[in-house]
Amino acid sequence: MTNHAPMLKPVQDVGIVGYGAYIPRYRLPAREVARLWKSEEGGLPIREKAVAGLDEDVVTMSIEAARNTLARAGISPSEIRAVWVGSESHPYAVKPTSTIVAEAIGAVPHTQAADWQFACKAGTEAVQAAIGMVGSGMAHYTLAIGMDTAQGRPGDALEYTAGAGGAAFLLGPAAESLTIIEGSYSFVSDTPDFWRRANERYPEHGQRFTGEPAYFKHIEAAAHTLMEALGSMPADYAYAVFHQPNTKFPQRVAKTLGFRPEQISAGLLVPLIGNTYAGSALVGLTAVLDVADPGVRILVVSFGSGAGSDAFSLRTTERLAGRQGLAPTTQDYVARRTEIDYATYSRYRGKLVMK
Amino acid sequence: MHAPGSALPEILVAGVGLTPIGEHWEKSLRSIALEAMTAAVEDAGGLRPQALFVGNMLAPALSAQTHLGVLLADFAGWRGIEAATYEAAGASGGVALRQAVLALASGEMDRVMVVGVEKLTDRIGSSVEAALAAAADADFEAVQGLTPAAQAGLLMRRYIHEHHVPEHGFAGFSLTAHANAVGNPRALYRRAIRLEDYASAPMLSDPLNLFDAAPVADGAAAILLTRGDRHRPAGERTPIRILASAVATGPLALHDQPDPLGFEAALISAGRAMAQAGMAARDIDLFELHDVFSIYAALALESAGFAERGQGWRLAAEGEISRTGRIPISTLGGSKARGDAGGATGVYQAVEVVLQLQGRAGEAQVPEAQVGMGQCLGGAGATVATHILARADRL
Repeated sequence: MTNHAPMLKPVQDVGIVGYGAYIPRYRLPAREVARLWKSEEGGLPIREKAVAGLDEDVVTMSIEAARNTLARAGISPSEIRAVWVGSESHPYAVKPTSTIVAEAIGAVPHTQAADWQFACKAGTEAVQAAIGMVGSGMAHYTLAIGMDTAQGRPGDALEYTAGAGGAAFLLGPAAESLTIIEGSYSFVSDTPDFWRRANERYPEHGQRFTGEPAYFKHIEAAAHTLMEALGSMPADYAYAVFHQPNTKFPQRVAKTLGFRPEQISAGLLVPLIGNTYAGSALVGLTAVLDVADPGVRILVVSFGSGAGSDAFSLRTTERLAGRQGLAPTTQDYVARRTEIDYATYSRYRGKLVMK
Repeated sequence: MHAPGSALPEILVAGVGLTPIGEHWEKSLRSIALEAMTAAVEDAGGLRPQALFVGNMLAPALSAQTHLGVLLADFAGWRGIEAATYEAAGASGGVALRQAVLALASGEMDRVMVVGVEKLTDRIGSSVEAALAAAADADFEAVQGLTPAAQAGLLMRRYIHEHHVPEHGFAGFSLTAHANAVGNPRALYRRAIRLEDYASAPMLSDPLNLFDAAPVADGAAAILLTRGDRHRPAGERTPIRILASAVATGPLALHDQPDPLGFEAALISAGRAMAQAGMAARDIDLFELHDVFSIYAALALESAGFAERGQGWRLAAEGEISRTGRIPISTLGGSKARGDAGGATGVYQAVEVVLQLQGRAGEAQVPEAQVGMGQCLGGAGATVATHILARADRL
């Protein structure tokens, strides 16, 4: 039996019961990186990026987003049957982030917990699996988180954009959902466009290879396949969110796929917070949910290097109205801003070698 | 049997094939070579070659592959034929073409395929730059960090100093190449650029900027040649003859050249080719030179006799190198805008000359072209291969 059935659809309908974002308050302007490294070829890729503070990491940030999610979902954390965290900045190489998060929010011990890894789509991979977990009836609620404090080698092109932030989503039965998952799809291939080997501090990338054969190919294929399976068109969606490694890529892929700039603007956060890697598409989705009316459709397509894309088609429900204000909105976090210079950034991000 | 005017026996072009130059991430070295070879065979009405001469520079360094002759002959389904690779850095394709001409002229063969192929995009950044730098003197230049762009930058600085070239004096080479590439569907950059684009380009190796340098990418070009007395190409197409083929070398290291701006190997190579063809610069209708750096285009024009020493840049500044100018160069974009596929360049040039002479260059057609010259460079002009082709019906 081959796996050519295009769309992923669980036995029981699943939706998003709660959502929450977290973005740290510090901002490093791209011009500050350019000031130090003397490189502004072709303009700056974003305005500024969010930087985690000294006492923040993927664990603390995931807990913040999870608490916001629980506030909107209005359920007891003890009802959560799985806590999954997707990231490429897990604080430990061996020891789960997810158990710390589960413990902190009160979801232990009758829960499954695991960390996910797939470059920038680790978070949506966790969402994809959570749909299966809930849709199969194994769990009533599953918490899926995409969160990163992304690494960029000093002076590398990625240092301009490698930001911090992410979002958490509580997946549950469609009947309780703020947003129903109409269908989803995953498209992967062995494409080595970006990687970080074990024990390396910073990732490496294939320069222009990260564009056409990686980002664009996978996002376009995933979006096309899902929309074809659903019989939907770009015009059917009020909003679309694509993975955001810089400002240009999501704008270009949206145009290629036939989306108008207005459809992506609400979820396009990268100019102001940078690329939040495993959190990127997901935190964009939270910004959309904050402003979306009931009954509209949203297309979300992530991209993870290595490489693959997860695509989700969502439809908001009447339940969304009234929940949006139960936790800080994503734009509240974007606006909560303390600018830092490169020296402070170096200290906060542990870039000074002390011994 | 030697036709009047040329010292070579009648060597005719039976067919040509080209792949677009680009970042062919989805294709391997052998696939792009096969594309070009298959196209050339089809163009020649299915003619099967007796031998395959491969021009390639970087396969050992960037694809971990030597032995391209048999690799490509086997992949093409030509087991049993003679095949080998010729390497002379950026002049590899021209040197392979020269070997094919010699094989045909000797009478030993009468149907020969030449393919130039380069695959650069499987590696990135410094490894590509290091492989390209190996074309210079490894012990005395490359090891010091001298890259091809740095060599060209040194020569350009000296040229500007000696010949009092004004600011942006070399811009015409880049502007013309980009304007010409718009009409070439196989070009890497089919976009015209403005003087402002050139003037604001980032510096690579002062005074050489990004638009003074050709982009390197993947590509393959193939040409199938026959001896006219044993196999005449069939069909209506204008017959094209190779009138001259010459390879010359100079000192490998830039610091060993007594007169670096004299571009001595190019002078010798072009001189030999013109003598062989019984022609002078005024008889040449178009010149596919190796504009891997704009300074080399100026030096090539001077050493081939199209401009006085120190005046080559003026041809570009005064529009004389455009398709309707006195000596059109880079007519399909050249290395600057068609793209530079390293050791494949000499074969690209020969194929492009053929397309022009046969009136098959489409929107990029040079009007009334009857004689064309191609010239590729290895390193900073250390190896230079020059070929002159002409419409056989007009000789």
